[in-house]
Amino acid sequence: MTAATDFQVEIYQNEYLPAGGREVNAIATVTSSGTAPAVAGDGAGPAAEVIIVDCSGSMDYPRAKMDAAKQATAAAIGTLRDGVAFAVVAGTDRATMVYPPTPQLVPAGPVTKAEATAVVERLAPRGGTAIGRWLTLAHQLFGGRTGLKHTILLTDGRDESEAPAELDWALQQCEGAFVCDCRGVGTDWVVAELRKIAEALLGTVDIVANPADLAADFRAMATAAMGKSVADVALRLWTPRGATIKFVKQVAPDMLDLTGKRVDTGPQTGDYPTGAWGSESRDYHVCVVVEPGNLGDVMLASRASLVRTTGDTTEVLGQGLIRAIWTDDVARSTRISPEVAHYTGQAELATAIQEGLAARRDGDLETATARLGRAVKLANESGNTETAALLAGVVDVVDARTGTVRLKSKVSAEDAMTLDTRSTKTSRVRKQE
Amino acid sequence: MTTVPEDIRAVCQACGTGCADGDRFCENCGASLQDETPAAASGFTDIRCAACGGDEFDGDGFCTTCGLHVVEKARATVDLGVLAGVTDRGSQHQRNEDAMALQLLAATEGAIVVVCDGVSTSDDADAAARVAADQGAATLSNGLRGGADAGAATHDAVAAAAAAVAKIGVGYREDHSPACTFVSAVVRADAITVGSVGDSRVYWLAAASAPTPSQCLTVDDSWAAQMIGAGVLDRAAAMADPQAHAITAWLGADAGDIEPHVSTFVPEGPGVVLVCTDGLWNYLDEADALAARILPAALQDPAGAAAELADFALAAGGGDNITVALVAFPPNIARNQRSNET
Repeated sequence: MTAATDFQVEIYQNEYLPAGGREVNAIATVTSSGTAPAVAGDGAGPAAEVIIVDCSGSMDYPRAKMDAAKQATAAAIGTLRDGVAFAVVAGTDRATMVYPPTPQLVPAGPVTKAEATAVVERLAPRGGTAIGRWLTLAHQLFGGRTGLKHTILLTDGRDESEAPAELDWALQQCEGAFVCDCRGVGTDWVVAELRKIAEALLGTVDIVANPADLAADFRAMATAAMGKSVADVALRLWTPRGATIKFVKQVAPDMLDLTGKRVDTGPQTGDYPTGAWGSESRDYHVCVVVEPGNLGDVMLASRASLVRTTGDTTEVLGQGLIRAIWTDDVARSTRISPEVAHYTGQAELATAIQEGLAARRDGDLETATARLGRAVKLANESGNTETAALLAGVVDVVDARTGTVRLKSKVSAEDAMTLDTRSTKTSRVRKQE
Repeated sequence: MTTVPEDIRAVCQACGTGCADGDRFCENCGASLQDETPAAASGFTDIRCAACGGDEFDGDGFCTTCGLHVVEKARATVDLGVLAGVTDRGSQHQRNEDAMALQLLAATEGAIVVVCDGVSTSDDADAAARVAADQGAATLSNGLRGGADAGAATHDAVAAAAAAVAKIGVGYREDHSPACTFVSAVVRADAITVGSVGDSRVYWLAAASAPTPSQCLTVDDSWAAQMIGAGVLDRAAAMADPQAHAITAWLGADAGDIEPHVSTFVPEGPGVVLVCTDGLWNYLDEADALAARILPAALQDPAGAAAELADFALAAGGGDNITVALVAFPPNIARNQRSNET
């Protein structure tokens, strides 16, 4: 059996451009039916899971952190389907195999899962934090496997036991090799650091401020990973000769800039990795700059395909057309697609939050107030209630409609970090009937 | 064990296994069953891209090099001798939503022209215009061949065209069902019978020697015409208003009851009958000016004169689709048919 998953691609755009117009914006909504995840992954090899647990000394302060990490790891192990190849790695200033003892993956089953859980129970924190080395071991464990490869990474602190260049090098090696979901426990870790890892490895990043919530979160992550049925899917964009891709971003469920991840696959095509897919829907914002046509011309500005490449063969799983039509009808060319407008706003929202929080950390209260006020306005306008609620933990909202806010004098580290971490979370556009 | 698909349409090129219609991949070896070279299957042959000269097109009709769409031919011409028509996409629309149907019947039955202009704010307006023009011409032709009076046949034709457009308008969003205008002319040696709904027009254009002066034979169903008719605005003020061209009657599923304007006109010739959409008359709507532009040449060469009027509208901006049909009056059908036979 080959993958039975179908990908629907719907394009939302205003295809009309004024005379001489060059920039074409479109939102591609990609929906995968994600039928029946099999134990054997997608036929390209069994699914594989590596769980990396921070065992640095700080995990003992408070003690509840380490206990929660153990319980969470056990929960994630319990979620693995039988047959899935797995391993558990302890992270300190180096990476150590927890289970199995030798650097390899073993198939999940009643016996191996029980053994792994028992070893995890005995973990004792000591030493530092070197996330690049942890990821490098995970990369070695996956080896040349194909199919679904997923990692859960838990840390409570800063990547301080290795040079920043070491982490960057590790990320370069690991990019495209596996997907990594990152979780920060407590408030001593660095949002930007985990975000960089998650963005490079196409995973999510989130805060679990309360250790007690960790087990449920790990279980949910492992379940989601097990629900993926197609790995290594790329968004392939064909563009006309002379055109350039200004940017490609995943814009829902969260913001992820894919522009720099392009791999050229032909003179006019490039692939942007999207990782593994289960039954889900994601939105992408594609911005193409084309050579202007004549009034009345209809141009294919981009053909957006979802492709899976296995060895030498490439399967097209679904595709949509992004068009450009030149007109001097101003009413048509000036209309803004509601979908494009919505996600342009969501991108600005994420930037405003991150800049506002950075200014607040730096003591520039004027900029912080302005940027966070703008964020409140954008979150309110776009109906992003989750982000609006998080913003209310950092600012007192005087008038959400105009974005008038006052900085709270006392803000918990947890609230500020939660807002920062989830600033890239977008609300879905309300589809027009 | 393998099961044999009930409906084998495709054979895997890699392993030879028969596969069910619609399968994208071979059940046996997993190879793709889809044509790997969409350009070859696109059906666009012997065409070169107007922009880059490329000769490969994908299945959607886009040039695989520069992305330009292979558009429909910009202009279609029908030349039946005494009766000819040109329909042109214009320079600012990507498709032609006008349609025309021309027929030459026996000498006593006359010449038939039906022209329809798709309403651009409706969906699939081109389909509305096409079915209305075809149905209108077919009903007129049947009626006239059966000996019906031209006025009665015109009423029947409008009703049949309206029903045909309404039929394709099922399932559209409110206010988006396909819609179009309708104008017909039955030109016989002794009279011209016109029928109209909307703002497409018929003109009588008189040759210099003709006693009957040039004039427009139809009444627009438009906001401007209503204002002028009611005496609320003068002609200049009404036509200058942005909604001057908003039509107040059309064919479509949402059109309600249709009251076509049907009238018969008996000119003293010679001259030509012009049937056109607003893609022409937007740029020139005075009957005398239209006559001066194409007469007397149009008497001998309706096709050349129709092309000339379309070219004129294009040069003036070509902001809309342009359809121009001309019938010489009186239509010397017998002579025309003899000359066609030789």
